[in-house]
Amino acid sequence: MRFMMLMIPGGYAEAAPDVRPGAEAVEGMMKYNEELKKAGVLLALDGLHPPSAGARVSFKGHKPVVTDGPFAEVKEVLGGYWVIDVRSREEAIEWARRCPAGENDVIEVRRVFEMSDFPEDVQKVAEGFGELKA
Amino acid sequence: MTARATIEAATIEAVWRIEQPKLTARLARYLRDIGLAEEVAGDAFLLALERWPRDGIPRNPAAWLTEVARNRALDRLRRTTMIDGKHRELAIDLAELEREMPDIESALDEDIDDDLLRLIFTACHPVLPAEQRAALALRLLGGLSTLEIARAFLVPEATAAQRIVRAKRALRDAAIAFETPRGQERRERLAAVLEVVYLIFNEGYVATAGPDWLRADLCGEALRLGRSLAALMPDEPEVQGVVSLMELNASRFPARTGRAGEPILLLDQDRTRWNWSLIRRGLDGLNRAMTLTSTPGPYLLQAMIAACHARAATPADTDWIAISAYYQALALAAPSPIVEINRAVAVGMAFGPAQGLAIVEALKDEPRLKDSHLLPTVRGDLLEKLGHQAEARAAFRQAAELTGNDRERALLLARAGD
Repeated sequence: MRFMMLMIPGGYAEAAPDVRPGAEAVEGMMKYNEELKKAGVLLALDGLHPPSAGARVSFKGHKPVVTDGPFAEVKEVLGGYWVIDVRSREEAIEWARRCPAGENDVIEVRRVFEMSDFPEDVQKVAEGFGELKA
Repeated sequence: MTARATIEAATIEAVWRIEQPKLTARLARYLRDIGLAEEVAGDAFLLALERWPRDGIPRNPAAWLTEVARNRALDRLRRTTMIDGKHRELAIDLAELEREMPDIESALDEDIDDDLLRLIFTACHPVLPAEQRAALALRLLGGLSTLEIARAFLVPEATAAQRIVRAKRALRDAAIAFETPRGQERRERLAAVLEVVYLIFNEGYVATAGPDWLRADLCGEALRLGRSLAALMPDEPEVQGVVSLMELNASRFPARTGRAGEPILLLDQDRTRWNWSLIRRGLDGLNRAMTLTSTPGPYLLQAMIAACHARAATPADTDWIAISAYYQALALAAPSPIVEINRAVAVGMAFGPAQGLAIVEALKDEPRLKDSHLLPTVRGDLLEKLGHQAEARAAFRQAAELTGNDRERALLLARAGD
């Protein structure tokens, strides 16, 4: 089963657009990534630029409204993610526990939907859009 | 220590599954015996199941498990040495063990990759029958229990246990060194490793439609094992090849059975149901592997064939000329009558049924095919395309008599016009 480990770094909501992780943090994280890879569980990973360099699109009244970052009202923002393929929820959590994260960081562990998780009628609607699935 | 409240067995098992291959590999290097390493690692796991619910999961579970296993190993070796003094070699190991192992923290920092490779190559040694290799690999590298292995292979637990015991004993009796082979031997030994990975995958592949999730999950075990090997041996094209092959085959899982559970052949499948993220991974891996060699081996060739199907948006888009060429290469790299039948199908699609039929006719005295419905099925199909209806019907009738599958028999008899 696939899980996403969503990294929510402490203080990232207010980080300047040009903030980058330091060499030491990157080294620790690379070692961790290597471990995931050698265990055969790593499927994908990415890091995200700070939200101050991003934008939010909201849909109040079904009209898209664009707000440039940073977003004063949002406290927890994503800094990156891993997709892993493991045997159980417990194993995904155990991998998250092993992350060399900072003390204000949070990792949210979430299971990825598979098509078979949906009822038949939803699967039927989704058929024909197969190529879109990333 | 983590929260003490409720530490479930499933949590301990998760830690175990992550730590077990590394723990066994590390112990095997010192003990020079993967059987003993597996046993004392197992002892450590049992103690963890007893202690951790009460004491919490240690801050460094690897160090905890290593220390317990090491002490168990020392106990066992001391006992053996005392009982019969002739275990001199073990006594030497014992001294070394006591000298080198106390510093567990630094032992844990050592590069484990080489030990993991040694463990994989030893567990999958060709001196063992493939089924024993598979059981041992799932046990040592996948962390599966004997009961799980038994359920996965549809055998009684005692049979699975026996496979593991026999495998460990055979490795001990043959004095198989805990080493990563080099040169020509490495190629042969790697083939034995990959055979196990693909066997585990296929065992799950035939079961994915079945009710037992554990059997189906064998595909997941094989994929993880393959990906792990690919990370440890990034320069081996065949390792990348087997991973790509498994990913491309697995991408068709959602499409290969109909709503009533009936099998749907590749060319009849709804391709929009294929898992495109697996296809993308498979194709990416294949591209990487192709940069590593100009002479693809059997797994890479099979992955290349699977990729031809994956790339075709509709069956009519299939590059049958390329597939014919890859089967031709596969027939030379890993000759088998099944490969020849597949080549006949591909050649028939690429160059016309008469060309395909020529390959089929050359196989008619092949003893390994005489009880299989495959040859007459393909023969009937090619004859039908050539307009030789009577001969085609006779071939389908012959195939119907040979198949063990009721649904398939009905289909073949319908084509025979019966």
